[in-house]
Amino acid sequence: MTFKEPKKLNELTEQQELWEKNTVPNWLKRHPERKKAFHNISEIPIKRLYTPMDTKTLNYIQDLGFPGEYPFTRGVHATMYRGRLWTMRQFSGFGTAEQTNKRFKYLLQEGETGLSIAFDYPTIMGYDSDHPMSIGEVGRCGVAISSLKDFEILFDGIPLDKVTTSMTINGPASMLLAMYVAIGDKQGVHHTRLGGTTQNDLLKEFFAQKLCIFPPRPSVRLVTDIVEYCAKNLPKWNPISISGYHIREAGSNAVQELAFTLYDGIAYVEAALERGLKVDDFAPRLSFFFASHNDLFEEIAKFRAARRLWAKLMKDRFHAQKPRSMWMRMHVQTSGCTLTASQPINNIIRVTLQSLAAILGGTQSLHTNSHDEALCLPSEEAVRIALRIQQIIAHESGVPNTVDLVGGSYYVESLTNKMEEKATDYIDKIDNMGGVYEAIDRGFFQKEIANSAYKYQREIDTKKRVLVGVNDYVIEEHECPIELLRIDPKVEKQQITRLQKLRRERNNDKAKQVLSKLHDAADRDNNLMPMIIEAVKAYATLGEITDVLRKVYGEYKELIVV
Amino acid sequence: MSKKKIRVLVAKPGLDSHDRGAKVVARALRDAGMEVIYTGLRQTPEQIVETVLQEDVDVLGLSILSGAHMTLFPKIIELMEKKGLNDVLVFAGGIIPEEDILPLKKLGVKEIFGPGTPTDTVVNFVKEHVEKSR
Repeated sequence: MTFKEPKKLNELTEQQELWEKNTVPNWLKRHPERKKAFHNISEIPIKRLYTPMDTKTLNYIQDLGFPGEYPFTRGVHATMYRGRLWTMRQFSGFGTAEQTNKRFKYLLQEGETGLSIAFDYPTIMGYDSDHPMSIGEVGRCGVAISSLKDFEILFDGIPLDKVTTSMTINGPASMLLAMYVAIGDKQGVHHTRLGGTTQNDLLKEFFAQKLCIFPPRPSVRLVTDIVEYCAKNLPKWNPISISGYHIREAGSNAVQELAFTLYDGIAYVEAALERGLKVDDFAPRLSFFFASHNDLFEEIAKFRAARRLWAKLMKDRFHAQKPRSMWMRMHVQTSGCTLTASQPINNIIRVTLQSLAAILGGTQSLHTNSHDEALCLPSEEAVRIALRIQQIIAHESGVPNTVDLVGGSYYVESLTNKMEEKATDYIDKIDNMGGVYEAIDRGFFQKEIANSAYKYQREIDTKKRVLVGVNDYVIEEHECPIELLRIDPKVEKQQITRLQKLRRERNNDKAKQVLSKLHDAADRDNNLMPMIIEAVKAYATLGEITDVLRKVYGEYKELIVV
Repeated sequence: MSKKKIRVLVAKPGLDSHDRGAKVVARALRDAGMEVIYTGLRQTPEQIVETVLQEDVDVLGLSILSGAHMTLFPKIIELMEKKGLNDVLVFAGGIIPEEDILPLKKLGVKEIFGPGTPTDTVVNFVKEHVEKSR
């Protein structure tokens, strides 16, 4: 693909100049282009045509290499989907543990290959279901988990040595991982066989997802406790899923998503090194999570650039030795914020294209959004259709039959270079600012994201960007054309009853004792994971454990940036 | 006589943290010449109503995507009535299902904007209604 022979390159340059001088203007006279200039969402100009001239600096071995080898641009595995397809992992959870257990079993029966738990807001914020802040929120946007009791019901009949589980949990990640370990113990599954992921990416909470409990530094301390605990005890667990998804959903563009996510990754590596861990002991299990938005090739280029840039960072900045420390494994979710409430069936098509980008981009696992998500939590039918999108691409499209099939496209390679270049500029900028904490304190990320979000919305408002069914091709819709899922208000009552019964019936002396032990340990340097496991096993509740840590670490106060 | 600027409080009740819409709306209202205060996340009904009172706003915009609107909105309206804040224009946005819209409007939420609403629609709505009541 590289035109190394100068003669050939000269010949091509001449030919291209002629084309631009003659063929193009002649055509344009009669057929003007649709716009004066074309850009992708990251504001990278898109040229009329890409040719070998655009990739002439590319060195195949150094910049692309072979799949499964540094710099992993073409994929982290040698044969990619020819061996195993990506994991089809649908994020799900609502109502009580019983209801979600039923949904899990339904998804597994329909061919899903991994679980992914959505928790409700009280759980995410470390409140028990009967906390005043929880009123009206219990089981609404995910499953309510206040104690190990709920978790036992959630995993009833699901053997932990047969599935892997991803948990979208951050502030209370230690508590939920502790519960998972406790269930494993009850089922007799050895720790070395427990596989899954805790999102446990606290840094992006401060500027993107904003579900923060503790201030940044103690938050990262808890993250690092999990990284260390997993490196020593849970070899198949991904302790962090370094997440760009929320950065993107909060309004960033693709370049910002890429850069800020990788910068968070840098900060976690630094924290673990400071803890005294060796980079090759924990880096292989770091995992990533990105969004897949509407611009197909911008997204593909983003995934490829992310792998290459991370590999370089791990090698050059952190001197990793093992190739596995340099590989970036990723989960992708199609972009929730692109879904429209009007003409919701159209969302199936959007999700299909976004899924294609993720698969062409070489993801390890994928969640496809349901078409009704701009209206409510997904219904069973909507979830099934979303899963079918993946299955159709997997089994009917032929796409997974060769590795990195867009690699070598002049456009894709040129765009991959551009994404990497622009992300690197951001990384340098944050380095110069003094790192991630400084950037958070200054509101740098928050401002960047808010600006991009506003710009994107204004483009839609002014029709510079067409959204089908929203600002163009609008039809009169009198009634919602699909059936929606409703959460029964009784869920909150049932959940509170169960929780209060637990508080009455457990060994309260034991619970009190482990909580006070945790309190004493929290401001010391030792890893808190073993103590948190002990606490959940004694049926101390999520709220009680979080409150202990709130007392020691304080609570984060939001820095408001509009 | 120069017209007094419209004062708006954009508030986020509930535990969810989806502030993209709230911030975009806040900025659009500000760009349209209004004075806008944004509360930040996870405000209780009591906190929101207290801010309405303290900041002496003409308009309250509520944004929620957690599904707890049927619990929290009635509480906010009730507290506002108790404080005699009946003349404050209340509108809302977020993920609010069709069937909840009528009950919320009956309660006193003047308009509910779903996903995909152009910001100009919100700006015009606020301008028209505030001017009418002035």
